[in-house]
Amino acid sequence: MVDTPKIALITGASRGIGAATARRFLDAGYVVFLGGRNLEELEDISAAYENAHSLILDVSDLSSIKAAFMEVRKQYRALDVLVNNAGVMHAGMIAMTKSDIIDDMFDTNVRGSYLCAQLATRLMSAKHSGSIINISSIMGVQGAVGYSGYSASKAAVIGMTKAMAKELAPSGVRVNALAPGFIETDLTASITGEARDKALASIRMNRFGTTDDVASAALFLASDEASYITGQVLQIDGSMTA
Amino acid sequence: MDNVEKLRKAFAEALQISEDVITDDLKYNSIKEWDSVAHMALVAELEDVFDIMLDTDDIIEMSSVMKAREILTKYNVEFS
Repeated sequence: MVDTPKIALITGASRGIGAATARRFLDAGYVVFLGGRNLEELEDISAAYENAHSLILDVSDLSSIKAAFMEVRKQYRALDVLVNNAGVMHAGMIAMTKSDIIDDMFDTNVRGSYLCAQLATRLMSAKHSGSIINISSIMGVQGAVGYSGYSASKAAVIGMTKAMAKELAPSGVRVNALAPGFIETDLTASITGEARDKALASIRMNRFGTTDDVASAALFLASDEASYITGQVLQIDGSMTA
Repeated sequence: MDNVEKLRKAFAEALQISEDVITDDLKYNSIKEWDSVAHMALVAELEDVFDIMLDTDDIIEMSSVMKAREILTKYNVEFS
């Protein structure tokens, strides 16, 4: 448990990795703002915790981002942790990918994360401490056939992470990325048959990752145990890229 | 404490300088204490003190104490 409750904002917290991360932080004693577009889904999680706040947040909409951070400021005047988890994934071979699909992924995965980090740093730099955790993907590290647009957006998240880490280090704000491998979520449920078997065969731990595997890593990076770690990309993939 | 005083204190706190140094003419990057890192701390301090959220354009435009005063006026912060 944390001694004095710290404040965390997790985007895309209604499902999958975001929901698991929110629960993990709540269990660890953080005050957690669960950001997402569907209030009902967020409430399903936050209703079980006194230290949870549901927050309407569409990271593709700047006015929604501003309103969400204003709410955090209004209630606590501080933010210790931002987990930039909200993301969209579209599959498509290069020749079959329309520009609006690429725009959608970059708007949410890159621009949305950037703008959230931008506002978070203002709340964090006042205390001269904070941790930003960007959820990238193993596809951003090494790419994947049929996911060039998604891979590009997640590679951009890594570049952003490293640049922000350098720029924000003097302000006491750490920025790291997680690059999950094949994690069992709604996003990966559509990967079936031969593609799924092939993915499993590439994992020497012989299992797909769980959302809790990622949540644990996020909690670690947010903690004082990781106080000298910044600008890193932690790959959570059961050996896929080892 | 009036807003003029609040503004001076916010600058002093964020830039870690004496209030005596803070005049309307003080400009960004004109002293070593007001560099890009301190500018971020200044923005955080101003937002905290006046309970506002500045637009990025305004942060970029905030090149002096005088300019900060002008910008804050847009956020309904009045200086007598």
